[in-house]
This record gives sequence, structure tokens and C-alpha cells, in this order.
Amino acid sequence: MIKIRQFIHSFGWPRIIIGLFLLSLFILAPFFNVNVATSISDTIVRFGQNGLMVLAMVPMIHSGCGLNFGLPLGIIAGLLGGTLAIEFNFVGPVSFLMAILLATPFAVLFGWGYGKLLNKVKGSEMMIATYVGFSSVAFMCMMWLLLPYDSPTMVWGYAGTGLRTTISTEGFYLHVLTNFLKFRLGETLMVPTGMLLFFALIAFFMWAFLHTKRGTAMTAVGSNPVFARASGIDIDKTRTLSVIMSTWLGAIGILVYQQSFGFIQLYMGPFYMALPAVSAILIGGASVNKASIVNVIVGTFLFQGIVTMTPSVMNSMIHTDMSEVIRIVVSNGMILYALTRKSEATR
Amino acid sequence: MSELRETRKEKILSILEKNSVPILFTVFCALGIPLSGYSYGYLGQEIVVRIARNSFLIIALLVPIMAGMGLNFGMTLGAMAGQIGLIFIADWGIVGIPGMILAMIISTPISAFLGWLCGKILNMAKGREMVTSYIIGFFINGVYQLIVLYGMGSVIPIKNPALVLPRGYGIRNTVNLISIRKVLDNLLAIKIFGISIPVATLLVIAALCFFIIWFRKTKLGQDMRAVGQDLEVARAAGIKVEHTRIVSVVLSTILAGYGMIVYLQNIGTLNTYNSHMQIGMFSIAALLVGGATVNRASIGNVFLGVSLFHLMFIVSPTAGKNLIGEAQLGEYFRVFVSYGVITIALVLYEVRKRRDLTRAGRLLAQDQADEVEAKQ
Repeated sequence: MIKIRQFIHSFGWPRIIIGLFLLSLFILAPFFNVNVATSISDTIVRFGQNGLMVLAMVPMIHSGCGLNFGLPLGIIAGLLGGTLAIEFNFVGPVSFLMAILLATPFAVLFGWGYGKLLNKVKGSEMMIATYVGFSSVAFMCMMWLLLPYDSPTMVWGYAGTGLRTTISTEGFYLHVLTNFLKFRLGETLMVPTGMLLFFALIAFFMWAFLHTKRGTAMTAVGSNPVFARASGIDIDKTRTLSVIMSTWLGAIGILVYQQSFGFIQLYMGPFYMALPAVSAILIGGASVNKASIVNVIVGTFLFQGIVTMTPSVMNSMIHTDMSEVIRIVVSNGMILYALTRKSEATR
Repeated sequence: MSELRETRKEKILSILEKNSVPILFTVFCALGIPLSGYSYGYLGQEIVVRIARNSFLIIALLVPIMAGMGLNFGMTLGAMAGQIGLIFIADWGIVGIPGMILAMIISTPISAFLGWLCGKILNMAKGREMVTSYIIGFFINGVYQLIVLYGMGSVIPIKNPALVLPRGYGIRNTVNLISIRKVLDNLLAIKIFGISIPVATLLVIAALCFFIIWFRKTKLGQDMRAVGQDLEVARAAGIKVEHTRIVSVVLSTILAGYGMIVYLQNIGTLNTYNSHMQIGMFSIAALLVGGATVNRASIGNVFLGVSLFHLMFIVSPTAGKNLIGEAQLGEYFRVFVSYGVITIALVLYEVRKRRDLTRAGRLLAQDQADEVEAKQ
């Protein structure tokens, strides 16, 4: 009994409620003629789409920079990489590789500046990060109009300048990862092996990094800055490195998302993309200053499970689509819960 | 010995720095006005309208700043409560000033409850009030949608079919507020130099300003300022810190609700699911443009802020069009400026806070060194 209570305490009520909610959705689904196999398949695909963006939270949480509400900055680096790869007319799988390569310098540059900024505002990183994300998205809105892109697949047809709001990745890197070693189980259950493998690869690198000397140093900076300084770790440098890593992961994350989703969304597209990623990792059991790869995997699965299951089950159950509202309440409720935990407030 | 003391140059620099945002905006507006080609009469009229429309909402932000809780991004809560009040009076068909007052009365308990909730949560998240209040805004928005989109018309009776979605429940995306449209503005409108001035609205705003000035001098107001200065010192002085903080948020939320009603009576239509989301950001940006910081804001900042921010808002699309030939660019530009100014203000505040701490430390060390020297 004590053990159960301890488990509940360590796992946290909100996560248990969310887990049970998802479980009940899966149990209810067959009674309302919802195809469970399709739902699971959708969940897996969404897991692959969003996993890396959730993983992008990990380095910054480890170094004590808090939740990366500035994820849109990384996404913008990814968008620049993707659009440049198309602009230079790379096609097929090469375009995906080039998109990653082209996004990297932007991610490093943005992350470096962003990291320097966050070092100046220790203690209220999250608020500043939110607004760095917003203002960079708004700034790029102007840039998408002004930058001299001229690939006919991307610019507005009648004006000849300015990028479109959505650009199809078809013919470029659409499904390059999804279709790699893809297999089907039965009629409806599709497994996008390549995308999952790519996530696993990056997640493994992340895990390995966190066990190297620099990775341990990063964790030390996050959990006890005074101790870290005493053991000769350059705190600011370590934090900047973590922010660069987060930004880069955000950039790669959006490219993986686009190759599966099929469209590059510019302008206000990346605006609210940080919130789902933040709440996913929190649902997975992370807190404002503690996160692991397991949290990422569990959290992304639970969050995306809810996002896929609620519309279909709710729709057939009460004939109304309340999924959007449920998603808003669940994800923001989770963030609130994490922000108000007493044990973590005194860092 | 005295090189560490503040020189005159440093003082001037710090004054310039403290007012850097308003100065920047003044320069920007001065450049933008001729580019846009608007007449001064038109701009004057627009600014008067916008001062009347927005000031009430922005003044609502002052109270939590006084209590050291930063910019209250949770003011959207009050806005939602105000909108619920408006939906009800639109349904009951109550027109004119009585309608507005009734909407305010309905909004009060809802705002008070939401503000109390917000204050409770913020007390659990001391030190990161701003980001928490920001997320509370999103969270309560979900609950608001649940109530308005699913509850109204099914659980909560709404009898006017013009308000309800065709499916039988839930409020439509836009609610026409023709019954109270500009009632306050037109109550006592006079024309000076061709600019019509909504005197009644301005009087209400003036009354609110006097209330804030009076409130600062009351016991509660003094307590709030003490809490804002230093939490622990205030606690040691016997002030109920948590309670005071909750009261400040409740007050701010209620005022924001009234502000939203004043705002929407001028606009005339309610975007049921969008109106409240933007209002927090615009109000905060306007206040910051007026030279307020996270821990200090005055009524002067409010009016300077509304004028400059909205001047930029009016001017930038046409200026962008005339300069580069793209009106859309100006639109994006003003969105960028709104977010950018909040970012810069937040960063400056944090940087300044740290530097003030080190400077205070240095001055203290200097004083002690002087004392030792004097003794020798």
C-alpha cells in the first residue's frame, strides 16, 4: 500500500489521470465502431512526427534553462533549411539531407545568440523564451516576404516574390523517412519504420551525450549551479551549448514533421508549436528541471494518443467534437501543474 | 577614489536608458507619419478613439505591478468574464447604458472567482508569475470554450436564436453588440476642431485613474507596495503576503472585465473566441511602450503608451505600403513590434535588475572602504 502511494506520489496524479483517460479511450473505442488499429497507427505516425521536437526540450531542462518555450526559433532554423534545400533544387532523399545540413548553421547561430541572451536573464528564462519565440516568428513573417526566394514551387504565383503560406514537400522530401522500411500489419496498421528509427538514433545520441563528461557537466549545471561552478565547470558556456542543442533539435524536428505531414508551414505556422511539445514532455513525467529520454517517449505517446483518440471516440460517442477543448485544457493544465510544483520552485 | 560613484554622464545615460523604449517609438512615429500620408486630424481622431477604447484595460494592469507580480498576462481571464456578461445581456436584449452596467455586474463575480483562482495558483509559483499567468490564460481559455461553445444553449439557457450556432447550442463566432454599441462613447460626445471626443468614456477612465491614485494611499495599497518591494520584509512586518497578492490579482481581473466591456462597446461586435486572446498582449505591449517596466508603472505610462503604440499601429501598414509597396509587410511589422517590445522590455528589466544588484554591492563596498579610511 505504501509502495503504491509512493509510486503515485512520484508519478504524479495528473499523469495517472491522463494515462487512465487514454486507456479508457482505447477500451471504449471498439464499442463505438472506431477502428483501433487505425488509431494506433495514427498515434505512431504522430509520435514520429513530434518526437524530436519534444526531445528538443531535454538539453535545456538539463542545464537548468527550464522549458524551451522558445522552440519556434529552432523551428525557424529548420524552415530556413527546408526552403533553401528546395530553392537549390535538391530532390528526393538528398533534399532532406541538404535541408538538415543547411538548417544546421542557422540553428547554431540562432541558438548561440538565444543562449547568450538566456544567460543574461537567469531565473526568468521561460517568460523571455516565450517572447523570443514569438518575436522571431513575427520577424520571420516579414523575412518570408522579403527574402529573394524565386523557386516557382514556393513563391506566390501572381507576384513572383514572397513565399506562400504552405509549401508542399511533394517531390522533395515528402515521406523520405516514413517510407523507409515501412511495413503494414494487416489492413490498417502502418508502421513508419524509418521515421521511428531516425528518432531512436537521435534519442540514442542524446542519451549517450548526457552520459559523456560534457553531458554530466550539463546536468550538474542544472541541478546545482554553485556546485558546478566549484568543480570548475563554465556555467554560461554549458548553458549556451544546451540551448544550441535544443535549437538544433527543434530544427531537425520540424523537418521530420514536414516530411511526414507533407507541407512546410510558414508565417504564423510555428507560432504555437512550443506548447504541445512542452506539455508532452511534462505529461511524460518530466519537471521544470528534470527530464529523461523515457519522459520524452512516454510523454509524446500519451499526448499524441490523446490528440488522435479524443476526436474519433468523442465524435462517435456524443456526436460533438470536443477534442480541441480537451487538448487545450489537458496540455495547459499539465504545464500549470509543472510550474506550480513547490519542490521545484526553489531552485 | 570616487571613480566608482555615479558621474553625471552615467546619470544622463541611465535616464536615457530608462526611457529608451518611448524615445524609440517617438522617433519611429515621427518617421512613419509623413510616410503614411495621413492627415493630422485623422490621426488625432484615431488616437482619441483608441485612448477611450483601450486605457481602461491597460490601467487594470497597474495593480499587480504594484504588488510586484509583474505584468498580469492573466488579464485575459477578466476579458473572458466581461464577454460572458456581454453574451448574456445580448441574449436578454437589454440595451444602452443599463445593459452595459448589467454586463459589468454579471462579470464581477466571474472575474472575482477567476482572479482568486489565478492568485492562488500564482502564489504557488512565486518567482515565475508572468509565465504562469500566461499559461493560466490559455488554460482558462479552454474552460471558456467548453462553457461558451458547448455549455451555452444546452446547459445554460440562451433563448435568442441569433446568438446560437445552427446546431442548437454554442455561441456563434461573432456576436453583434448593436444594443450597446458606442452607448458610452455617444452619451456625451462633443466636437473640438472636428475631432469628436467621447467625454463620458474619458470621464469613466479619469474616475478609474483617481481610484488608482487613491488606492495607492490606502492601507491595502501600501501593503501591496511593501509586498512588491520585498516579500520577506513585508511578511516580517506582519502583512499577509499571500492574501495581499491574491487581492491584487482579483482587483486587476475585475477591472480587466470592465475594461473589456468598455472596449467592446466601442468596437460593437464580439469575436466570441478571439477577442480576449489578443487583448492581453496588446495592452501589455502598449503599457511597456509608455515606458513602464515589469516592476514600475504609472498612469502616465498608460496614456503615453496607448498614444504611441496605436499611432504606430495606425501608421505602419500604409507606411509599409508606401515605402516597399506591400501593405502585408506593415501588418507583420506591427505584430513584430508588439512582441519585440515586450521581449526587449523583459530582457532590459532582468539585465537592469542584475546590474543594479552589483552596483549596489559595489557602492556599499566603496562606502565601507571610505569608512575604514576615515578611521585611520
